[in-house]
This record gives sequence, C-alpha cells and structure tokens, in this order.
Amino acid sequence: MAELLQHLLNGLVLGGTYALLGIGLTLIFGLMNVVNFAHGEFYTLGAYVCFAALALAGADFFVALVAAIVVGAALGWLCEVTLLRPLRNESIDTTMLVMIGLWIAMQNAELLGWGGVAKSIPHPFPTAPLVLGPVAIAPLRLFVLALAAALIVASWLLIQKTKLGRAMRATFQDRDTAALMGVGISRIHAATFAFGSGLAAAAGALLGPIFLVYPSMGDLASLKAFSVVILGGLGNLPGATLGGLLLGVAEELGAGYISSGYRDAVGFVIIILVLLFRPSGLFARQERIA
Amino acid sequence: MIRAGGWLLAVAALTLPFWLQSPYHVHVAIMAGIFGVLAMSLNLLLGYTGQLSLGHAAFFGIGAYASALLTLKLEWSFWPALAVAVALAGIAGFFIGRLALKLRGAYFVLVTISFAGVISLISVNWIELTNGPLGLPGVPAPELGPWSLRTKTAYYYLVLAAVALSYLVCRRLVRSRIGRALVALRENEALAESIGVDVTHYLVLAAVVSAAMAGLGGSLYAHYTRFVSPEVFLFTYTVTMVIMVVAGGKGTLAGPLVGAVLFTALPEALRAAASWQWQMLAYGVVLVLLVFLLPRGIVPRLGETLAGRHSAAAVAPAARH
Repeated sequence: MAELLQHLLNGLVLGGTYALLGIGLTLIFGLMNVVNFAHGEFYTLGAYVCFAALALAGADFFVALVAAIVVGAALGWLCEVTLLRPLRNESIDTTMLVMIGLWIAMQNAELLGWGGVAKSIPHPFPTAPLVLGPVAIAPLRLFVLALAAALIVASWLLIQKTKLGRAMRATFQDRDTAALMGVGISRIHAATFAFGSGLAAAAGALLGPIFLVYPSMGDLASLKAFSVVILGGLGNLPGATLGGLLLGVAEELGAGYISSGYRDAVGFVIIILVLLFRPSGLFARQERIA
Repeated sequence: MIRAGGWLLAVAALTLPFWLQSPYHVHVAIMAGIFGVLAMSLNLLLGYTGQLSLGHAAFFGIGAYASALLTLKLEWSFWPALAVAVALAGIAGFFIGRLALKLRGAYFVLVTISFAGVISLISVNWIELTNGPLGLPGVPAPELGPWSLRTKTAYYYLVLAAVALSYLVCRRLVRSRIGRALVALRENEALAESIGVDVTHYLVLAAVVSAAMAGLGGSLYAHYTRFVSPEVFLFTYTVTMVIMVVAGGKGTLAGPLVGAVLFTALPEALRAAASWQWQMLAYGVVLVLLVFLLPRGIVPRLGETLAGRHSAAAVAPAARH
C-alpha cells in the first residue's frame, strides 16, 4: 500500500510537468492547427536556460524559472512570426514539415552549443526526503509539484478571465468569424505560440533539476506532450491537465510494477490505444478550448 | 528526349563501379541505392496518398532485424530471409494501414511515430532475442548460387537490382488504376469516394507495399553493414527519408531517387568539412528552406524549367508525373 502511494505521488510530480507540456501543445495544435514537433525543443531550451542561470550565473531558482519561461516564450514568438505566419494558409502537412525542420535544427544547435554530455542542474533544496506518513518526497519534487500546479492555475485564469484568453477561445471556435469581429488573428497566433512555448520551457526548467539535462531530452517530451493532448482531446485544457497527471501516474506504475525498460512505452501505447478507440480523447464531449 | 536521358542514366548506373576509383565511392553508391529504395517507399505514402509516416524507420528496422535473426539464429540463407523480412514488414504495414482508415494527417503521423517507438523499445529490451543495445554482429554476406556477394562491386549490383525492382513496382502501381485512385483520394477524398473509389482498400494497399519496400531496404542494409542494432530505429533514418522525398519531389517517380543520391552524396562530401552535428543542423535548416523555396521539389521544378524552354514538349514532363 505504501509502495502504491509512493508511486502515485511520484507520478503526480511527473504528471504536473507533463500537464504543462500538454496544455501548451493542445493550445497550439487546437488553435493554430500546427502539429508542433518542435515543442519538446522548447522544453530542452527551458532546462538549459535553468542550467545556465543556476550553475553559471548563480541565480536564484525562481529567477532561473522565470528566465526559462521568458526565453522560451520569446523564441516561440520569434518562430511563429518568421516561420509560421507566412505559411498560415498552407496545409497542416506543410507547417508540420517546417516544425520537424525546426526540431532537428534546434536540437543539433543545442548539441553543438552544450555538448552531448548530460548535465545535472544544481538546486538549493536539501536532499533529505520529507516523510509524510507512509510516503517520502524530496523537497525539490514537492516544490516542482507546487509550481506546476500554480502555472496550470495561471494558464486557466489567462484563458478564462482575460481579454486575450477570450480572443483565443473565439479564434479556436471560428477563426474567420473571430477575425470579422475584430480579433487580430496574427497577434493571437503569436501569443498562443509564445504562451505554449513558455509553458514547455517551464516544464523543462522544473524537471531539469530532477533528471539530467541533455540535448535529445526533448524528443520524449514531445511524444509525451502528444500523448497528453490525445488523452485529453484537442484544445481541451482540463483534459490536458488530467491527461498529464494520468500519464505521469501510468508511467510510474508501469515502471514500478511491469518493467522500467518499458516506462517510455506507456505514452506510445496510450497514443495508439486512444486514437484507435476514442479519437476525440478520454474526457471530451466535443472538441473545444478551455 | 526524356526517354533517351533515362536510358543514358540506366547505362551510367550499370557501369558505375568501373568509373568509380575507390571502394569508398562504391560504398556511397550502395548507400544511395538503399536510401533510394527507402525514399521511394516513403513516397508511396507521402507523395501519393498524402499520409506522412514518421515511423518508417520501424519497417526498415523490422526488415533488418528479421533478415539478420533468420540468417544468424536459424541459419537460413539470404534469399528466403530477405523474402520473409519483406513479408513481415508488409504485415506490419498492413496493421498501420488499417489504422490509416480512421486517422489522417497529424493523427496518422503520431500513430506511426508511436509504433516506431514501441518497436524500438522492444529491440532494446528483449535481450534474449535481439541482444539488446549491443546488437547482432556477424550477419552473413549474401550468396547467389556459387558466388558470394561479399565484394562492394557485387553488392552494388544487388542493390541496383533492388532499386530497379522498387522503381518498376512504384511505376506499375502509380500508372495503374490504383495510382489514379490514390491521387484522387489525396486530392479530394469525399469526391473520390462518391465515384466509387474504395478508400480502405487503396490506403491499406499503399501502406503494405510501402512497408514491404522499406523492409527490403532494411534487409539489404543488414547484410551490407553485417551488423544490426537498435540504432536502425533511429529517427534520423526517417528524417533523412522525408528530406529526400520532399527535396526530390513528392508524388513523382524520379524525385525520391534524385533526393536519395543528392542527400547521400552531399553529407559524404561535406564530411571532411563539417561534423555530424553540423550536418544534422544543416538538415533541419534545409528542410525549412525547402518548404519555403522549393515546395514541390527538384524534379517537378526541373520539369517546369525544361517545359519553359521547349514549349513544344511542354506537356510531356508534366503528364509523365
């Protein structure tokens, strides 16, 4: 029983960051109709910014996290404006090829810049685990879980309560009508991509100190983000949140009770099964945003 | 004129080992041929049905592992192993093709990636069968009757035969009723269905043939490098195939071959100048630039240029593809 609770808790920590990845991707996918294969690279970018801020500049952990989000969002904005805006009326396959190109280019630029050796991010938290009844958790993991939850709530507030969020929801429902009603589609697309990329970078900065940082870490992150989006349904924000938590827990249970070698297969199997039997996602009554 | 050019190319391909000075150049030609088969295989799906398979390395890897395991563990000879490898990859393609019935576009891409991910994890973790990450060394060289195809020149002709066979299969398929049905599906599925094109049947057929061809490429690769490891499932292989098809011209018969020759020779030529990482970085940038500058690929663009110059023969290249 204690073991099960421990797996569940570890799964929630992972799942919180998967949810961040998934929320960003589900917005980009749902609103812009772009299959963003470079999503995981923004996750990698966030982890490296966090590494640079903590290990090289000696910054505070919060500062490092904010820096990762800002750099991720800024680069996301730049990519949207230069690569995606000119192709807005092209087919989904065309933009997908561009994003695959961006993925490969970013990953190898990181490989050239940082080298292939995995780096560990130093963090200021004590390593002794906190014992909470039957389970134990490292303070860092608790912190990551809390920050991921805070960012998820902030994203939800942004979508539901702000003017920008309302414009995003309108664009998702019907781009042409939204444009006719005076929503600046270019601005919304750029904001969505920057927002999604910032969240991915945040996820990288949060998971980076728990695991190691290396250039190809984004590949699996992309696939996990896609599993989360498929689990939750396209453009479905609560779906992505639940999907992320579910994937994290399923992975922990799979690694704990089946075989740790197949941990990463959980996401793949989920993609295949959900697409086969429930293509609109587990929680969706229909495709929607928020 | 185009026909004469084709014959000239065929003669050049047949006599190539006599022109090339070093075994290294023959090696590059062999790799270009293997990638030619793979690119033609991907083009059947991407170019003619419009479905992008980003798990194509899975079919390539299945072919490579099946062929290696049958010759190593069961001591089969090369030819039956090759046939079974092609068949197994085709069967895998059948299952993926059945998925394509329900899923298109981005979802199809994700299923193919996931499929390749699962297969790759199995190759790493099922150590009793695959020897895990260490791979399977000592895959035997093929034999043809009394002759061993161990030398590079002999292997070149084996690969050339495979390229020719794949090309003929593609041409036969594309120029038949099946090819026209596939293009009709790609252009307007609802319309094609309304005039009686059986979507299910044709998509599965294209997926099976495409996967079987990738399996052929995998088997040829295994018996050439004489070593198979989980690296055959690397995403790099799939990306290389995609770039070859997009650069050469998707939905054309010659495009994938042009792309395969170009993108095998170019990295080899640049190898001295640039490290592998720089090459991969360049690959990504090239893919982005291609979409912006040459969205339809080299071969259709060349066709247009030729057509512009010889206005009398203007229709010929266009009608051909």
